[in-house]
Amino acid sequence: MAKVIVNDIEVEADAKDNCILAARKAGVEIPHYCWHESLSVVASCRMCLVEVGEKKPDGTVVMGPKLVPGCQTPVKEGTVIRTDSAKVKTTQQMTLELLLLNHPLDCSICDQAGECYLQDYTYKYGKAQSRLDEPKLQRVDKYHIGEQIALFTDRCVMCTRCVRFTREISGTAELQVVNRGSHEEIDVFPSEPCNNKLAGNVVDLCPVGALCSKDFLYKKRVWWLKNAGSVCTGCSTGCSIHVDQNEDKVYRLRPRENPLAQGHFMCDEGRFGFKYIHDERRLKTPKVNSSAVIDTNAQKSKTNGTSDLNFADPWLEVLSVTRTKIKEAIKTDARGFVGVLSPFMTLEEAYLLASYLKGLDKRVRLALGPVPVVGKDDKYPKGPKGESPAQEKVKFTIRAEKCPNRLGVEAILKHFEGEVVTLEQVASKGDSTAWYFVGGSSQGWVTEATDRAVGKPSLLIVQDIFPSPLSERADVLLPSATFAERDGTYVNHSGLAQAAHGAVRCPGDARADGRILMELAERKGLFNAVALRKEIALNVPSLSALAVGDLGDHGVGVAVAKKEVVHS
Amino acid sequence: MTTKKQKTVKWGEEPKIGWVEAMYLPAIASGVATALKHAFSGKPTTRQYPDVEPEIPPNYRGVHRLNRDEAGRVKCVACYMCQTACPANCIEIIAAPAPKDDPHWKDRDKFPETFTIDELRCIYCGMCEEACPVDAIELTSIYDLTGMTRAEMVFDKEKLLSVFDETSTTGKDPIRTHRGALGPASEEAASAKQGPPPPGRGRHG
Repeated sequence: MAKVIVNDIEVEADAKDNCILAARKAGVEIPHYCWHESLSVVASCRMCLVEVGEKKPDGTVVMGPKLVPGCQTPVKEGTVIRTDSAKVKTTQQMTLELLLLNHPLDCSICDQAGECYLQDYTYKYGKAQSRLDEPKLQRVDKYHIGEQIALFTDRCVMCTRCVRFTREISGTAELQVVNRGSHEEIDVFPSEPCNNKLAGNVVDLCPVGALCSKDFLYKKRVWWLKNAGSVCTGCSTGCSIHVDQNEDKVYRLRPRENPLAQGHFMCDEGRFGFKYIHDERRLKTPKVNSSAVIDTNAQKSKTNGTSDLNFADPWLEVLSVTRTKIKEAIKTDARGFVGVLSPFMTLEEAYLLASYLKGLDKRVRLALGPVPVVGKDDKYPKGPKGESPAQEKVKFTIRAEKCPNRLGVEAILKHFEGEVVTLEQVASKGDSTAWYFVGGSSQGWVTEATDRAVGKPSLLIVQDIFPSPLSERADVLLPSATFAERDGTYVNHSGLAQAAHGAVRCPGDARADGRILMELAERKGLFNAVALRKEIALNVPSLSALAVGDLGDHGVGVAVAKKEVVHS
Repeated sequence: MTTKKQKTVKWGEEPKIGWVEAMYLPAIASGVATALKHAFSGKPTTRQYPDVEPEIPPNYRGVHRLNRDEAGRVKCVACYMCQTACPANCIEIIAAPAPKDDPHWKDRDKFPETFTIDELRCIYCGMCEEACPVDAIELTSIYDLTGMTRAEMVFDKEKLLSVFDETSTTGKDPIRTHRGALGPASEEAASAKQGPPPPGRGRHG
């Protein structure tokens, strides 16, 4: 630790910090474009120029004669940083005036407007007028940069964050700077577009509106978007994300910085893989016995023909029928009743279902649903020939295990069942007579083998988001929610339990799994993830770290991680 | 009218107010005098609407119009400023990338695919006009808006453009005074005779 004085505020900074980080600890913002915490330092934008000096042991302060880039200057004991002197402020104004020389000022059509660092810094540190009389340089927009990326060349401030990202994090090095001086531009080699699996991150990295996501282009102005902190459910890395939504429609996912989970980035698979939330094929109506559709609203309006405003709750009847059926099935053959918990469930949901079924009869069996594994773990940065890096150099991993919470659900299963039994193991015994399936996967998880193994049970309950062979012949169908629609906790590959918050409401009559299970189990009150976490921590020793309730932005580690499974 | 650009904003001059007028006493006195004159003149002063249409001042805030640029395209760039400023939530825009292959749209990046204003929900405050950075939306002096259904009163892009065609050909262009100052992105602001007002002279300055 080193004692640093930023604008007369004394702070304890880390010896590895640069001036920007040290000032941040003092609550002082040093504006910067090219510097990014996880990229190398180039000190090219000149926005972070500050006065740096030293406080000698005898108390005298000696300031350096010229301004230095804060991003490149490490701090040590007694470093003095000044960001509020007239010299610094004038320099900031001049830097911004130069950065804006050829900027087209087309904020009105720029997607970045509202979250643009050029706008923010100009407002805070800039001066309103440009003294340039010459016509501005006009450049051609490049839509060929990548499948998901468009470059609005004239908005670029040449911070080269994107170039450094493709060289240092993804290792694919598609992007580069071409030409010189004020004709510098970002470009790709001909017919070598930037389509790597991490390419979407350059859009987030771009501090201005130069690199835009084609997927989000002109869809929504960012000031309409509200975000909820969530966790990507695409793989077991469990990237922390922001879910940006407006009026119950999710527009984009953005990575949320989390040093404990994935760092600053996320993969394109997760970033653009949220579209299934708004898929037309989603299950929307709870049903009992497939044929008898309990859509009370539709029935009532059909029978009396007048009232369209009958908001009767179809779930009341469905859930009470389900409860009776479960109890009947357990009474007939408790050992034959199998609850299948999917690795897409949150800890809370797995706990609710497991404790409900085990509470009815100890002999009820619980199994782990299919865990999707696709290919091998994909590690970055890639080498020059696309080869994976050595283990100690890995900066980002897209994991082969395409589900968010296998470890968490396994911890619940171990607690209630003593061991983790897979669906195949239970099915192969062939002695099950009733099933409670929970799905939640965006991909079809019901294979032909699963379908055959389930056979013709006396009771088949399916709680899922998409129709499947099982949901079509289910006795009870409970339409549930995707990750964007529910609260809960996911445990990632390393045993980090992160809280996810719902961003949108479910389509139609579908409901968040937690709410369905709370009502099914006839528990008092509403679903509350914090309260449930505390309850889980009391009852499941391996998850006792959840006792804090509120897991914060970064989550807490739980003692469930065994040696990491590497699919390679 | 400049040779290249077709001007869509017509500028008017606000009357200068001296200290006598600023007291409002002469105006009150003349108002009372008018009222007394009419009260004792014995002549009917009822307006014979609709037989005689009233003279509407050009800065009246009536039905909206969407202006066209010099190429006849919709001038709006779909920045959503009006929708953001609208206190009645009556504007709805869906933006789209401009058709880049079409030479007619080559120099444009973004345009409104749909632009609807619910004229029934609108409170005619003129905030959209003030917020617009490119002078695309304006309130005209058309005041007699009628319709048989609610749906008819939701104006879409075509309808709003037709209001522009109608008002610009019949010389009913709305007028701007320097109180409704134009934004810095406006082409008209630079080409207007007096230019945009110096900072501190606007409505909020």
